[in-house]
Amino acid sequence: MFKFIVRRLLQLIPVLFGVTLLVFLMLHITPGNPAAILAGEGASQETIDNVANRLGLNEPLHMQYIYFVMDAIRLDFGTSWRTGMPVADEIGSRFWVTVELAVYSTILSVFIGIIAGVISAVRRYSFTDVGIMLLALFGLSMPNFWLGLMLMQWFAVQLMWVPASGWGSASQVILPVIALGTAGAAIIARMTRSSMLEVISQDYIRTARAKGTKERVVIYRHALRNALIPVVTVVGLQFGYLLGGAVLTETVFAINGLGRLVVDRIASRDFPVIQASVLIIATLFVFVNFLVDISYRLLNKRIDLD
Amino acid sequence: MTVENILEIKNLKTYFSLDKDRVVKAVDGVSYVVPKGKTLGIVGESGSGKSITALSVLRLVDEPGEIVDGEILFKGEDLVKKKVSEMRKIRGNQISMIFQEPMTSLNPVHSVGKQIKETLHIHEDLIRQEANHKALDLLKLVGIPSPEKRLTQYPFELSGGMRQRVMIAIALACNPELLIADEPTTALDVTIQAQILELIKELQAELHMSVMLITHDLGVVAETCDFVAVMYAGKVVEYADVDTLFESPKHPYTVGLLNSLPRHDIKMEELTPIKGMVPSPFEMPEGCRFAPRCPFATALCQEKLPDLEKKENGQEVRCWIYTDEWDGEEVKVYEPNATT
Repeated sequence: MFKFIVRRLLQLIPVLFGVTLLVFLMLHITPGNPAAILAGEGASQETIDNVANRLGLNEPLHMQYIYFVMDAIRLDFGTSWRTGMPVADEIGSRFWVTVELAVYSTILSVFIGIIAGVISAVRRYSFTDVGIMLLALFGLSMPNFWLGLMLMQWFAVQLMWVPASGWGSASQVILPVIALGTAGAAIIARMTRSSMLEVISQDYIRTARAKGTKERVVIYRHALRNALIPVVTVVGLQFGYLLGGAVLTETVFAINGLGRLVVDRIASRDFPVIQASVLIIATLFVFVNFLVDISYRLLNKRIDLD
Repeated sequence: MTVENILEIKNLKTYFSLDKDRVVKAVDGVSYVVPKGKTLGIVGESGSGKSITALSVLRLVDEPGEIVDGEILFKGEDLVKKKVSEMRKIRGNQISMIFQEPMTSLNPVHSVGKQIKETLHIHEDLIRQEANHKALDLLKLVGIPSPEKRLTQYPFELSGGMRQRVMIAIALACNPELLIADEPTTALDVTIQAQILELIKELQAELHMSVMLITHDLGVVAETCDFVAVMYAGKVVEYADVDTLFESPKHPYTVGLLNSLPRHDIKMEELTPIKGMVPSPFEMPEGCRFAPRCPFATALCQEKLPDLEKKENGQEVRCWIYTDEWDGEEVKVYEPNATT
């Protein structure tokens, strides 16, 4: 186990290097000269050259990358080209808002998804099962921004139960979390159902019943624990997707999160902010997957991570 | 009911309705008894309904299977009429079952100790320490080496034979009166098979259990059983005590099974397999179900299904040859020295 953790942490290094290289290249391939955008419309060529010089954009490409990586290793992400503020300050609070949003949404989708999936599997082909799977199909197919807008329309505008936008208080958190967590709940419900159905037909479930175990215990102690491994994988991927994909929800609910910041700064070619944000999201994503791998071992002792 | 029978199955029918028109009559009017303290062997080819009958006793037949008719009298009480909650109190407690596949019959995510203790906690009011002690005793009872270590191990850390011993330990946890063993040795090596059968035999004597041993191996039956029920296509075709069955088998199917078995007591040149295949559950013959494969079958056999009739020594046989209605020539179904 310990060996595994060390090895995985070491594996993080090349992965993150890859991420820096990809982000860096993609930004520099993107059309549009950042210096020209920063200098503003109608700026003279001289002004643009000056800006480019100041930002180091005239250096050879590989040198620019080396500077970026060297600084990143020291956790120095520089200052924003757009606002002149340190990148760490720009990202800081927004990062936590996005993490909160992703964590709450994941908790909601896991909770609802697993319960719905188990019920569906236990009552296979019943009215309840068909109903749940139909709902899941809806949840899965509905774009989260549209669901967000609808929720806002009903609960904020018409019923006025909760505020329509912002982030912080519990009443502000509810709608975005539902909007963002619904698709995940649907995916997890479907995954749990199929995984449970596979497990329920196993010999050891019959053994459990032959012992005189109550059906509820058979389902939760014997079946669910075995069925969780594929579900946990999906949860891990889902969390990563929520970190990066919360942009639309953040935009709809006017939440100052990392996703919105990145989209904003892509428009103005604010390289340092974009690079740092992507790097942080990637790190977190890799870390969550690392936790998923460890949870396999906790769920099933047979899985030998070393 | 007589006092000596712990289990009496009467005209049991367990059907699987696949859809409106297709019903598989896996168990179709099965009757047999398990005498108290004795071992009943149930033999037959795959698909003869042996396992489904056994699962029916514990009411563990999976959907869409269903007991549609008959009685299962356990100590005089009909299990078919029991409520689900009453059945749960019997399962693993008064009647236990061990299965064919030790490799997959234990839950991979729980330790061996936990799986044994689960049964104890369900049926007995034990505190944790008592349960731990008892689980350890059970592992010792079934002859597992270094039992203390095994308690915390997981099924994947044990061999097949070892797992079957754990299954037996779980089954014996609450001193059951009836143990149903569904091909407990089929998936094991020959040497391990002998050990497991020996273990079951010993424990039966020690704990005064009755045993229902399902197998397709007549050798196993000869070794371990007191009585035998031979099943074919969802019905019992012959029932007898083990000596009678091996000395004077009556049903042509039983004889066929015996002839396809290598024996030491008779000089034989080659084995004679039973020709043909078990009938498909969708195309059951109208008359005797064995008629299409039976070397003695007559028009009567094709048309009408014979009843299971009692003969001398308590032997029961389902065959026209032994009735007054028999329309064929006089035949000798079993000749011990036929193949010399």
